[in-house]
Amino acid sequence: MTIATSLEDACAALAAEPGSLVLAGGTDLMVEVNRGSRSVEDVVALNRIPELAGWHLTGDELRLGAGVTFAEICDPEIAALVPALAQAARTVGSPQIRNAATIGGNIATASPAGDSIPVLAALDAVLELRSAEASREVPVTEFITGVKATCLMPGELIEAVRVPVLDGPQEFCKVGPRNAMVISVASLALLVDRSARRIRVGLGSVSPMPLRATQAEDHVSGHLDWDNGVPPRLEVVREFAELVASSASPIDDHRGSAAYRRHAVRVLAQRSLTRVLNRVSSS
Amino acid sequence: MTDLATSKRTAAPRIGEDTPRPDGVPKVAGTFAFSSDLHHDRMLWGGTLRSPHPSARIRSVDISAAVAVTGVHAVLTNEDVPGSLTYGLEHRDQPVLAADVVRYEGEPVAIVAADNPEALRMAIDAIAVDYEPLDPLVDPDLAERADPIHPDGNLVRRINLIHGDQDVSGEVQVEGTYEVGMQDQAFLGPESGMAVPAEDGGIDLYVATQWLHSDRDQVADCLGLDPARVRLTLSGVGGAFGAREDLSLHVHLCMLALHTRRPVKMVYSREESFHGHVHRHPARMWFRHHADRDGTIVRVESRLVLDGGAYASSSGAVIANATCFAAGPYRVPSAHIDGAVVRTNNPPCGAMRGFGAVQTCYAHEAQMDRLADALGMDPVELRLHNALAPGDELLTGQTITGTAPVAEVIRTCADHPSGASMAVDPMELPGGAGRTADPEHVVRGEAFALGFKNLLFSEGFDDFSEASCHLADGVATITSACAEVGQGFVTLAQQITCEVLGVDDVVLLPASTDGIGSAGSTSASRQTWMSGGAIQEACGQVRVQLLERLAAEHGVDADDLVVADGRVVSMAGGLEIDLVEATAEPIEASVVFRHAPTLPLDENGQGDAHVSFAFSAHRAIVDVDVELGLVKVVELTTSQDVGRVLNPLQTIGQLEGGAAQGVGLAVMEEVLVEGGRIRNASFTDYLVPTALDMPPVEIAALIEQAEPGAPFGAKGIGEPPSISSTAAVAAAIRNATGLDLPRVPVRPTDIVFPEGAA
Amino acid sequence: MSTDPFVLEVNGQSHEVADAHPGESLLRVLRERLGLPGSKNACEEGECGSCTVLVDGQTVCSCLVLASTAAGRQITTIEGISGDDGLSHVQEAFVDAGAVQCGFCTPGLIVSIGSLLESDPDPSDLAVREAISGNLCRCTGYGRVLEAVHLAATRRGGST
Repeated sequence: MTIATSLEDACAALAAEPGSLVLAGGTDLMVEVNRGSRSVEDVVALNRIPELAGWHLTGDELRLGAGVTFAEICDPEIAALVPALAQAARTVGSPQIRNAATIGGNIATASPAGDSIPVLAALDAVLELRSAEASREVPVTEFITGVKATCLMPGELIEAVRVPVLDGPQEFCKVGPRNAMVISVASLALLVDRSARRIRVGLGSVSPMPLRATQAEDHVSGHLDWDNGVPPRLEVVREFAELVASSASPIDDHRGSAAYRRHAVRVLAQRSLTRVLNRVSSS
Repeated sequence: MTDLATSKRTAAPRIGEDTPRPDGVPKVAGTFAFSSDLHHDRMLWGGTLRSPHPSARIRSVDISAAVAVTGVHAVLTNEDVPGSLTYGLEHRDQPVLAADVVRYEGEPVAIVAADNPEALRMAIDAIAVDYEPLDPLVDPDLAERADPIHPDGNLVRRINLIHGDQDVSGEVQVEGTYEVGMQDQAFLGPESGMAVPAEDGGIDLYVATQWLHSDRDQVADCLGLDPARVRLTLSGVGGAFGAREDLSLHVHLCMLALHTRRPVKMVYSREESFHGHVHRHPARMWFRHHADRDGTIVRVESRLVLDGGAYASSSGAVIANATCFAAGPYRVPSAHIDGAVVRTNNPPCGAMRGFGAVQTCYAHEAQMDRLADALGMDPVELRLHNALAPGDELLTGQTITGTAPVAEVIRTCADHPSGASMAVDPMELPGGAGRTADPEHVVRGEAFALGFKNLLFSEGFDDFSEASCHLADGVATITSACAEVGQGFVTLAQQITCEVLGVDDVVLLPASTDGIGSAGSTSASRQTWMSGGAIQEACGQVRVQLLERLAAEHGVDADDLVVADGRVVSMAGGLEIDLVEATAEPIEASVVFRHAPTLPLDENGQGDAHVSFAFSAHRAIVDVDVELGLVKVVELTTSQDVGRVLNPLQTIGQLEGGAAQGVGLAVMEEVLVEGGRIRNASFTDYLVPTALDMPPVEIAALIEQAEPGAPFGAKGIGEPPSISSTAAVAAAIRNATGLDLPRVPVRPTDIVFPEGAA
Repeated sequence: MSTDPFVLEVNGQSHEVADAHPGESLLRVLRERLGLPGSKNACEEGECGSCTVLVDGQTVCSCLVLASTAAGRQITTIEGISGDDGLSHVQEAFVDAGAVQCGFCTPGLIVSIGSLLESDPDPSDLAVREAISGNLCRCTGYGRVLEAVHLAATRRGGST
């Protein structure tokens, strides 16, 4: 049991016992521990490491320590920089969960329903990974390799997440059968990137791995009037939504059917595009 | 002096006042001891091995590896059950521990006691059971034709109710098929308790339950002990709602404690709790309503199939309610209701708040709306036109002799102005925190529903409650085995005692099987009436004895004496005695309170089977995001027939809380069972309403018409709020979407793909 | 097997925990080892809020905190909410407003609401509902709980 107080400590402990349970906020892992489905021998706790806790802005890039909690991401200062991430953060579990759960933990858990994942995918977030021997950088879309599977190597942990601060409105929407504290059945992040003249779309709960709706992005980005802000024809919005839906590869499970999930991201795509376009044209 | 007396008087709780709960302070301070908080220095931890199969033969059970785990003190199986091998509320058909077969997923197979939870877990995992899995019977419609899965057969009970002239039919007919999913009580305090072996070879069991004496008798049978040596004491109950009416861990705990001669504590996990108690029966219901052109109902036909799961539990009473109240609180001169509850390898079902009536209310109210539509009539007017009234006959042929303010309930609720405005914050729209909807995506719907149910136990059951009152030195001590499960009986007991005896100090002894007879079950909206009635009568007898004694001592007429505000005074004046002095010599009375007798149903489901009825109405306003199939219940308005309000705050609490469970069943709550297996045995996936799902409940009216035979005229109030609320919410979603929605809970896919595309 | 001893600071007092099993949650240690059963065990998966405590002033589900990682933090449980001078405003309001029925969710709700009122002394209904959306109550339907929050806010002087 190591309660690491520095990144170096944590890496050293992990190097010594690469099979250790790495505990950040605990909100996913402790569920399994309590249930008895995960044995606990060696634990490396990350929640006292100052280097993981903070965030800072460098130019147009925001660097979030892996230990930043979702409650902190809801803070107006961060929300102003990455609004969709803050919106997603506000849908994570309950207030109690948001006080403990961290962005690094959400990524490392690699659940298809992870609420931050579609936003991070849409932002092309880059993860800084660190071990006792080395550091490397991996895009979030490559980091997660399957359902609850990542390319994290033994002894390695997530140190930080870097995302761009984009110029343009952002939306995150999440569908669940309850109005709060619910696991996502489908979610979508839509970001306007004015400088690249691109709409970016990330999808959640509709594929095993983080998913960008690139075809839909290409289509709609090409049809927008970036200079004058004239809203596109309704047909373009519909085609966009259809392309988003077709990019999904959802499954049937007890939380929702594949058909419903595909339908839901279509609706979310149409609505969120309309929302951001309304905001663009009204501003 | 006077001021002090005055302040003391106003502090004494009285009927009709907002008396705070006597257990409120320990509950808010965190010091109230729930059954999961029990601790004993020498205690062991108990646990249960459960079947992973919904249906299987057990070829062998090998406990040797489990016994060898360090810290394990006992591993027991079916062979170790000392007495009756089975238990049950109505039929003793459920094994304490499975013998040669398991009939549902989660059925207990073996039990273990160990020094700590870790050793317990290891030992349970080490028990080797060789199962031969069988094809489970999971479709209730096939149950009667299938091979019996239990020696008692697959039909638990059928009531073929035939009422009135069977040859009539109506000019207007509407027909529909409806389905209700399996709801869980989802109380927050998991099953838990502690058994402590006694010196006399008996056992003391501290447990959260709804009915101590019924538990005691079943436990004693299974232990092969004289009931006098099995003592049950109520431990703090974290909610019940029907799920604690059956035994769960009771016999297991006692077996482990008797075997190890050590106190044993057991606490179910949430997942285990889903397997460890009965659920609300899923229902499949077909209805045909016949009416004249003017809206008068002339006949109702219905077929009901309830899935009872593997064991009988209270299924017999549930199907009786479903059948007797199938047509709702309306005058129906002719009816044929074929109600059956069957056995399957699905999870066992039994009691949950409003049982039987919840399922049929959803269906009969959908039918009433359909009928109104077919007649071109206002749905509220149609209900008023057919509303039951005192003197009317029920489907059972029984005449309502008590109060039945059905029209008042309908009118006050329907006429109540709505306070619902349009939401602006996306958090308040369907989808809530997920921010999925904008106001333009939302359609508002509104609808009305009416329901009713019997109060107390029916069909000739000898339903009684025993209580005693001991008055000494001005302090009234009340003994009753009534289980306080959160509903607030402890408050009412105090109020009733103070009201009758004029005392300020009431001590309510802990509920136990020791020293008092049964109070009956905390269910069927019965304890205010039954145990409240018993306390009222016991206190009344003490009062009479007191006044007679004082009258004799002082040479006055007992009729001239009144007790009030801690004193006995003569109306003629001259005599004023402090109650503390007057009761220096104690006075005591014990009573057994019974309600008016009822009769069994005959072969046509006819007979005076019920005592009393309570009626409620709900109007629901919902916002529906039709494209995503998401619902936000915006407002509920209710009126209820309560007889008399004994404690306004507690009454509101029952109406709001009961409605929340109704909202849950309408839009999200369902135990998902596939192939006999529960898919969502957790609070992650079995969703109950959060504060963002539950709307404000507007109470339009509490209709107070004193019910004959009930203490202070008060009817039970716990169940009606859960009956009409589900129907109203479902109807409001129908109103918003124009869809049939023949099933609750209404799932997003039911709205998005109404034709069942997915 | 047990963990190395560690010290928890609970309600202003230090408790040495000598024999916890690896993986034991803060909730279990509070309830089973420190004699503080006020925090409740309804789901142990972070979905009900019955076990809510404050860790360094923030509400968390104690069932999801590995006990040993809470060493050195200031932990406040329901037992520490009511001090020697009696019940808190929120606790009193719960009793007076009829927000208590079975009481199993009550400790967690009181910790959550106390925390809410610290940051938002006069919350709107919507703010209250969001703040307690992680605390399931099965008895009350939340109506009296909302009343209790407003009563407590008024008594604390948050609104007039």
